[in-house]
This record gives sequence, C-alpha cells and structure tokens, in this order.
Amino acid sequence: MSNSKAQILKAVAASKPALVALPEIDLNEVISYDDLVQQFRTVLESIGGSVVMLENISQLDEEIAAEKSAGNFVINLLDANAGEQAIPSTPAELSKLSKLYMNGGVPVAENGSIWVDDQLMKVRLLPFICEQLVIVVKKENIVATMHHAYARLGKIDTGFGVFIAGPSKTADIEQSLVIGAHGAKGLCVYIV
Amino acid sequence: MHLDMKVGLFIPCYIDQFYPQVGIATLQLLEKLGCEVSFPLNQTCCGQPMANSGFSHVEGGCDKNFVSNFEGFDYIVGPSGSCVLHVKDHLHDDARPSAAKKIRSSVYELTEFLLDVLKVQQLNASFPHKVGLHNSCHGQRGLHLSSMSERVEPAFSKPEKLLGMVKGIELRKPSHVDECCGFGGTFCVFEEAVSVKMGKDRVADHAANDVDFITGVDVSCLMHMEGILKRNKSRIKTIHIAEILNANN
Amino acid sequence: MKNHAALSEAFISNEPRTDWHNETLWFVRQKRDKSAHSLPEWEKLREWASQIKNHSLSNLDFYLNQFEEQAVANGVKVHWAANAEEHNQIVLGIIRENKLSRIVKSKSMLTEECHLNHFLQDQGVEVVDTDLGERIVQFRKEPPSHIVLPAIHLKKSDVSETFHEHLQTEKGNNDPQYLTAAARVHLRNKFVESEVAITGVNFAVAESGAVVVCTNEGNADMGVHAAGIHIACMGIEKIIPKTKHLAVFLRLLARSATGQPITTYSSHFMKPRPGQQMHFVIVDNGRSKQLGLPDFRNSLKCIRCAACFNTCPVFRRSGGYSYHTAVAGPIGSILNPGFDIKAYSDLPFASTLCGSCSNVCPVKINIHEQLWKWRQEIAKQGHVSFIKKVSMQGMAFVLARPGIYRFSGKAGRWVMRNLPFLVNNKLNPWYKQREMPAPPKQSFRDWYLQNQQEKN
Repeated sequence: MSNSKAQILKAVAASKPALVALPEIDLNEVISYDDLVQQFRTVLESIGGSVVMLENISQLDEEIAAEKSAGNFVINLLDANAGEQAIPSTPAELSKLSKLYMNGGVPVAENGSIWVDDQLMKVRLLPFICEQLVIVVKKENIVATMHHAYARLGKIDTGFGVFIAGPSKTADIEQSLVIGAHGAKGLCVYIV
Repeated sequence: MHLDMKVGLFIPCYIDQFYPQVGIATLQLLEKLGCEVSFPLNQTCCGQPMANSGFSHVEGGCDKNFVSNFEGFDYIVGPSGSCVLHVKDHLHDDARPSAAKKIRSSVYELTEFLLDVLKVQQLNASFPHKVGLHNSCHGQRGLHLSSMSERVEPAFSKPEKLLGMVKGIELRKPSHVDECCGFGGTFCVFEEAVSVKMGKDRVADHAANDVDFITGVDVSCLMHMEGILKRNKSRIKTIHIAEILNANN
Repeated sequence: MKNHAALSEAFISNEPRTDWHNETLWFVRQKRDKSAHSLPEWEKLREWASQIKNHSLSNLDFYLNQFEEQAVANGVKVHWAANAEEHNQIVLGIIRENKLSRIVKSKSMLTEECHLNHFLQDQGVEVVDTDLGERIVQFRKEPPSHIVLPAIHLKKSDVSETFHEHLQTEKGNNDPQYLTAAARVHLRNKFVESEVAITGVNFAVAESGAVVVCTNEGNADMGVHAAGIHIACMGIEKIIPKTKHLAVFLRLLARSATGQPITTYSSHFMKPRPGQQMHFVIVDNGRSKQLGLPDFRNSLKCIRCAACFNTCPVFRRSGGYSYHTAVAGPIGSILNPGFDIKAYSDLPFASTLCGSCSNVCPVKINIHEQLWKWRQEIAKQGHVSFIKKVSMQGMAFVLARPGIYRFSGKAGRWVMRNLPFLVNNKLNPWYKQREMPAPPKQSFRDWYLQNQQEKN
C-alpha cells in the first residue's frame, strides 16, 4: 500500500507543471447586499425553507412544550445550559425523531445556508434524520457570501460541520422538484 | 474614403465552388466602401476540414499555398468566421514563419472588418424581409463577434449592429440565441444523426418566428440549414449576411 | 463496441424522447445562466477557481502529503491506490476485515470509473446506491447516464414501473412525489441498518485534512452518520490548498450544476465521531499520467458540475450512454482518451467544436480546444477509420494544388448538375436527410476573371 503512495507521489512530482501562483481573492470584487436579513430570507424561501422573525428566543418555549405534550418525539438543543438530555443512540430510534430544535452558526445571505457543527448538533445524525428541522440564528451573525462565512469560521477545528440550505430535496425523477428526499422534509429558520 | 486600403479577398473553397454569389456580394460591398480589393487567383482552402478531423499534420500544403496567395496584404478579409478563425489560430509555414504570423494577425471576418477597421456607421442597403440571425459558433465564440449567452458580459453583436443599418429589415431572434446548427465540418457526415437533429431543431426555432430568411456570417452553417430546409420543402431561405448588407433594392 | 455516432443514432431514433432529453437539459442550462447572471463577479469567480486549481496541480505532491498528514492527525486512515483494481481491493479489504455486509453508497463518479459496485458484487458484497437517481438506475441494472442527474434518460413512467417491480408501488402511479416518498421509506431502512457508508469527495482540503461532500438529498450524511465506518474515495486531483478556497468552489459548483445557489448539504468531514472509523482512499488511476501531458493536464481541474453536459448540443441529443463511459459529455471526451486513447478515440469527434462547454466551465477548462488537440493525437496515432484517413489525405493533396482543385471543383459541379444520382444517393450521409447545395455553373473565380475582363 505505501508502495503505491510513493509511486503516485513520484509520478505526480515528475508530471506536474512549473509552480503557478495562487490568486489574490479581493473581497471588494464580491457582491454585497444592502439588507443581509432580507437577502438571506428571500433566498432561503426560494429554496423551500421558511423564515420567522423572532423577538425573543423564549417565545419558542411554548411551541416546544406543545409539541412534546402532543406526544411528538422532539429534541431541543437550543438551551446549552439545559443539561444533558437523553438522546437515543441508535439510528433506528432516531429515525422516529419528528422535530429537532437547534442553534445555527453562521447564516449566509447569498445562498440561504447556515453553518452547523459538532458543538451545535451534539449527534451528527440529528439534523439529517429528523422529519422537521428548526434552526435558530442570530441576525447579527448573517454574512454576505461564502467568502465571509469562511473568514468568520476561521480555522475549523470541529470534527464535522455542514452548511445546510433548506430542506432535503431531489429532482431525480423527470426533473420534478420534490422536497424531502432523505433528510429533513422541512426547514424553519427563526431569526432572533 | 478608404482608397489606400489594400485588401486581399479570401473566398473559402466551398464558397468559391457552391456559393459564388456570397463572394460577389463581399467583393462589391468592400469596393462600395472604398477598399482596393484583389482576389489572389491561386487560393484554395484554409485547411480547416483536415485539421478539425485530426489531420493538421497533412495539411501543410494548404497552409503553404495560403501564405503564397496572401503574403503582403494589409488586410485579408473573408466572408466566413470559421475559416478566418482557423487561419488566425492555426496557419503555419515553416519556410516563411513571419509571413504566416503576419497573416494570422491581419485576417478578418467580414463583419468585424467592416466595424472594427472600416468603422462603418451607415450602409446604403435595404432588405424588407423578416430575418432570423444565426450566430455561428466560430465567429461568435472564436472571434467574439458577439456576446455569448453563457458568459456574464455586456451584450453586443457586430452582425446585429450591421443588420440594424439595413432599411426595412425585421430581425427576429430564435429562442436559443446562440446554439450550434450541427454542421461541424466532417461532423456532419461522421455524426450524421446528431448533426441532422441539431440542424432540424435550429431551423424549427427560426420557423417558429415566421422568418423569410435565415442569415449568418458563415456559409457552412447556412448550407447545412439550407439542406434541411430544402429537404423539408420549407419556404424559408438562407442568405449570407454579405448579400443582405449589399442588397440595394 | 459501437461508437458514439452509432449509439447516438439509436438514441435519436426515438425523436420525442430525444426532444424531451434535450429540452430538459436545456432548462437546467437556463437555470445555470440565471444563477450565474445573479453574480456580477461570476467571470472573476471562474478565474479564481481556475487559478486555484492550476496552482494545486502545480504543487500537487506537496498538497497530497500535507492532506494525508492532517487527515492522519485527525484520526483518519488514509489509503493510496495506483489504479482502479487497487482502489476496489482496499474498499473490499476494509469491509472484509470488519466482517460487514450492509453497505450504502452516495454518489461517487470515481467508484463508477473503478466499477466498484460490479467488483463488490462479484465478491458477494451488495452495495445500495442511495442517491435517488442512482438507486433508480441500480434497480434497472443500468449505469448513470449523467454525472449529476443519473436517471435523466428516464421518464417518470419508467421509474414508476421500476419501483412497482422493486418497491411494490402502485402500478401506473407516476407521481414523482409519491415515487420519491416510496424511495425515502425504502432507503431509510437501508440507512438505519447500514454498517459501512461509501461516499465520493467533492473537495479535499490540504491544510485541514477535511473532505467536503455536497448533496441535495442528504443521502451522504444519512449514511455516514449512521454507519460505523465511512469510506471516502477521491481522485488525487480533488485537492485544494486551503479552507477559504472552498468559498470559491461552493459558490460555483451548484450554480453551474443546477442553478441552485448552493447544494442543500455541503458537509465537511474532518474527524470520525467517537467509535467510528473514517477511511480516505486516494486514487491515481491514470491521473498522474494526464498531469504529464501539457495540452491536456488542465482537464484535471474538473469539479464534476456537468454544466458542459447540459450546454452541449450534442450531449443533449445523444444521451449519456452514447459516450460509453462513466464520465460522459464534453469533459469525458477529453478525460477518457488520456486513460485509453484507443477505446475512446471516437469521443473527441463527438463535438462540433462550438465552444459552449468552455464558456460554462466554472474552472475554465479549454474543453473545445482540447477536443481539437485530441483529434490530432488520435489521427497521428492512427486510431481513425481507413475511409477518413484516405479522404483527408486525398483532400489535403487536392487542396494544396490550385490547378487540381479548380479542375476537381469544376468536374464535381458538372457531375452534380448532370449526373446528380452519383452524389445524391444513400452512400452520401449528407444526402440522407439533407439536400445538396445547388451547383452553379460558374465558380466565384470564374466570375471574377470574367468580370475583370469586362471591366477592362
């Protein structure tokens, strides 16, 4: 096996062209938006997500309580200080998860995506296996483009992270758009 | 007004043989605009059919003949974007490299010559018909005669600008503004099925606009579409842009 | 083996289906245009992407080393495969070593290139493709016909029949919503039970050892986060230097592919979760050889968006199978001859050289120029038909000799006028569906000389 590594690297070294410089990426040349919240909202709605403006995060407590009392399997990761809640460990159990509430990291205005990572999702499967995904983001965290998003994230030292843009979707049957392929069937973003 | 301009007229082989009227219109138009035009008598072909089929290594004779014919002109002008592009990109002559290089930089497709060199502002032409403009790929994407639908760039079109100077013309654009007609040189025979399907679709796009004529800067595309139109007994005719720009009735 | 021309002719024989295929992909191209035009910096973005890829290729051995170091430090096991066979053996080895049998796979063109599914099947290992389009074609025992839209050659009625047979859906129910829901239920079970998840890689970041995988369905994540083992398979050319470069590529990829501003999920895999194994398999399989060809090396910049497929007027009308290879379309027509010039000698000719492919390419690969250059290589190495060779040599001979040219032109036109059946017959592929041009009596040159005489 290591023989192949040496062989490949040797072949690459012999074949590669003379060193070419990296480009300077000048953010002044990149699009900017007057209203980041509005841009984020418009794009996210156009890709199947829904957006709700929220004054205070505690407004969600009632909704979550109602979901739970209706007997729905809900996981709430919003309050980091709420202590350890029992998250089932097997995919089979998690596949019954009807709704996940979680905090989002960096929302991106140009494409309606939101960065979430290990710290925010606790269990990697959760935001994908839930039927409905609710992400709460802070207005002041919204950035214009992916360039700004990576600048904000800096060195990513988590084990896993993902930009999520809307609910899961497919158009593999005759190019007809169907929301809810394998991941969440719905994504609701609360902007605080 | 341009009496000092010595122009070598480049009439590609298949125009010479099958579409002499395009050569005539080109010559008359250039003369009308004051150019001193000569037609080198021993020209044949630019070598493109061979090169595009992978045989650039056997077409050295064509290149040599081309250089012999067109050495020494200030400008070389041809009514074919495709052939002009080939000369610009690929003309070589090991015995006369500097002459070949000079030719590569002084060869022009007709519409770019009219606008970029002669700076034509108006034409005394009239063509009271509904005309669909076919954007030939090599002229458009190769010589950048017009903006391209794939690119994020300001819209412009040299052929359209010139046609806009013609009285009475009604230009109609197809829905696929710059899709290939499927000619593609020897592609049209070696990939007959796809080639014909592309041509049929192009023609149908223009027919949906109820045009009388389809025009363009390349006779090869027009010849392809003409073949399909005639087989299907369409009333639509093809006409080279030089013939419209030279039309005076 | 039939060539592109013959396979296309078969595809086009069903003209309504061809029209549908053409129009559907054209619609995707239009969505791409709209998306591109929403960013004033689009052309700049392409230039940046192109330069980053050029740089990466020019320093690839360094970045591969750096990537491996980082990945290993992250707890990932890195494997190297010189070719498809070795790649397949590595994957099989991981499966065997852990005595596992339930395997899900998200889209990976590399594993298609290596024929991994067939290989594993021959070893008694079943792999479930989890991308909806790939699952559909897998049920039908067909390869994907398009790298982004694997089942684009099928109509919903075809999918309905297939699902009726394999998933017991209602006969004749062609509703995409219904059919997708059935696949969701079917594949959920596969995800929940999965032990090994195989994925492709869109980008591999040298400075962090991360691999990024983009999907709309969420199938890569469902598999990877459920299974105990993640195997990510990548070609050596997937490397980019820095995390921040992902911004450039993620902005271009989905916009070029489908017109979306970004795929639903852009997942960054750095470390395995506790108890999970993560394997990266780095594959050469002809890429280092291609890197050594100055005219063709930049085909390795490809990020597999398929924009060139969707814009190509030939692909839209000939279908993916006419290219008889995993990566079809214009990019496939310049990649494959580098791997096997004889087997794919037809592909560079499956183009009119219209240049639209190069214009849509988000990393600015000069696809149509490389098609032209491959033609020269193929002809020089003798991989063209005898008829083409003889006719080209004949043409070159005549056209280099003005006198013979004029004589043959005149004779040809005379024949066409007086003995048209010699030309207008079924041996002439032009004439099959097109009329020949009307041959004039006088060539332009004849007219010119006569006109000059009359003037003087």
